[in-house]
Amino acid sequence: MLRLEGVGKYFGGLPALTDVTMSVPAGRLTALIGPNGAGKSTLINCMTGVLAPTSGSIRFKDQEIAGLPAHRITRLGIHRTFQNLRLFPRLSVLDNVLTGLTCEGGQSMFMAMLRLPYLRHRERQLRLKALEAMDQFGLAEKRNWPAGVLAYGDKKRVELARAIVGKPKLLLLDEPVAGLNAEETAAVGEQLKNLRRAGHTILLVEHDMDLVMNIADQVVVLDSGRCIAAGTADEVRRNPLVLEAYLGRMEATA
Amino acid sequence: MTGRQDLLYFFTLHRTGIFVTLMAMALVLFPYVEDNPYTLGLTNLIAINAIVVLGLNLFIGYTGQISLGHAAFFGLGAYGSAIATVTFELSPWPAMILVALIVALVAFCVGVAVLRLSGHYLAMATLGLNYVVHTVLLQWDEVTGGPSGFAGIPSLTLPGLTFDDPVSLHYLLWAFAMVCLLLCLNLVRSGVGRGLAALAGDETAAASLGVDTRAAKVKIFVLSAVLASLAGSLFAHCYSYVSPDTFGIFTSTDLVIMVVIGGMGSIWGSIFGAAFLTLLPEWMDFFDAYKDLVHGGILVLVLMFLPQGLITGLTDIIRVRLALWRRDHAAA
Repeated sequence: MLRLEGVGKYFGGLPALTDVTMSVPAGRLTALIGPNGAGKSTLINCMTGVLAPTSGSIRFKDQEIAGLPAHRITRLGIHRTFQNLRLFPRLSVLDNVLTGLTCEGGQSMFMAMLRLPYLRHRERQLRLKALEAMDQFGLAEKRNWPAGVLAYGDKKRVELARAIVGKPKLLLLDEPVAGLNAEETAAVGEQLKNLRRAGHTILLVEHDMDLVMNIADQVVVLDSGRCIAAGTADEVRRNPLVLEAYLGRMEATA
Repeated sequence: MTGRQDLLYFFTLHRTGIFVTLMAMALVLFPYVEDNPYTLGLTNLIAINAIVVLGLNLFIGYTGQISLGHAAFFGLGAYGSAIATVTFELSPWPAMILVALIVALVAFCVGVAVLRLSGHYLAMATLGLNYVVHTVLLQWDEVTGGPSGFAGIPSLTLPGLTFDDPVSLHYLLWAFAMVCLLLCLNLVRSGVGRGLAALAGDETAAASLGVDTRAAKVKIFVLSAVLASLAGSLFAHCYSYVSPDTFGIFTSTDLVIMVVIGGMGSIWGSIFGAAFLTLLPEWMDFFDAYKDLVHGGILVLVLMFLPQGLITGLTDIIRVRLALWRRDHAAA
């Protein structure tokens, strides 16, 4: 589905990513883990066009997407959530989720201004889709609230709903459970499993090891801008390089 | 479902349509209630300003950009119509459309270049544009009439109807303003409008949702320039005289103040902002000498306490309070 080869990203002269090679197979839940500063967020930003990689190739279904602008990549069917919430606090929850359907609008500015019957029909369809996605995350009751007043956990769910409502071919989740308590984390884990079962291809960037080990089909480990291991959760857990990356760092800070 | 709920549902579903209809009815009846030409002159000016402010509010409130130069497009529209109808003797309606197309082209070229900037830099660039246009209007005597202005612009006509008295102008100008209002309302209530609201909220997030941010900014900039140009043409035909000082940078700042009073991204607020600032001098006799001072003061106060603008800021507070109240009561 998504294949990265030799992806590098330099900020000025500083390397954030050097030579990352990995792939995200279709229909699977792939987890991307690594210690702080390993380059996980930089990598996801390169995949989604928020940043342009300095070198290497990123192919999505045999199409080169490295360096494309973010909106083009989104229109190809790669949707994402952000590590730090990026909701629109003044818009209602419903409108926030509806923004996830921007690609499906198929509307020009002119047509929107004339509000032809066809367009109203289309708006109703989009609304139904959004309500369905909100139902899935238990947000339907709060649909008219301004997103800014929601509790943190709900905001995270709105971001998830916004990312999946457009039925993406590939879903990139940047730390979807960061800041959630154990109960909420378990709930999100269940929802991710459901999405996976429904056939979504997911790349999950996460710190929470328990969650990753529980639900990931494949785990990729990133350290200092390089991909140091890949495999099933068990394989990765036993990999000496991985242990060193995590434990070594813990000794250094202790 | 009870009758009351049905009514409420009908209202929420069609509230925009209901408001627009009510306002249109009030406007149709207005000249029967108020036939003082002076008052009608004022409300006519509100209509013209409202058209410009609607476009500018889309640009400021829905793409999150700033323009301190919209009086330039207003002026290009006014002088364009004046020159086209008097110097080149075109008939006014086609001239208005032709001028709007030319202004759109100008705005497109300016927009592509200038909208790479943001924040202070964009403000300065648009201010510069306003200076250039104003100076050309002032200095190019042979074409624009220079500092003494351009007189003798013909009135607009329809078969059997000449728009040269306050009442007929009232219907003409407000018909234009209402159509623009409706188009803007439709735009912001569509998927395109949500994309724009996203753009104003967070550019990175908007791009990640599939909004082509650069194209969207340029499109809305061009749209707002076209609305300003139409308003300018109407202004020229309405007063039959234009002078460069109407289109200086102080007009641009006044337009921004109207947007700020109306509130970022509030289409209805745009009408209110235009009305408020147009009527303000009438309410205060001492005002003329201190006009800029008071306008500046309003701008500073609103931006300090309600950065989203007066109307939007207040409705935001109410919406948040309401939601919090509901949340606490749902929990209890």
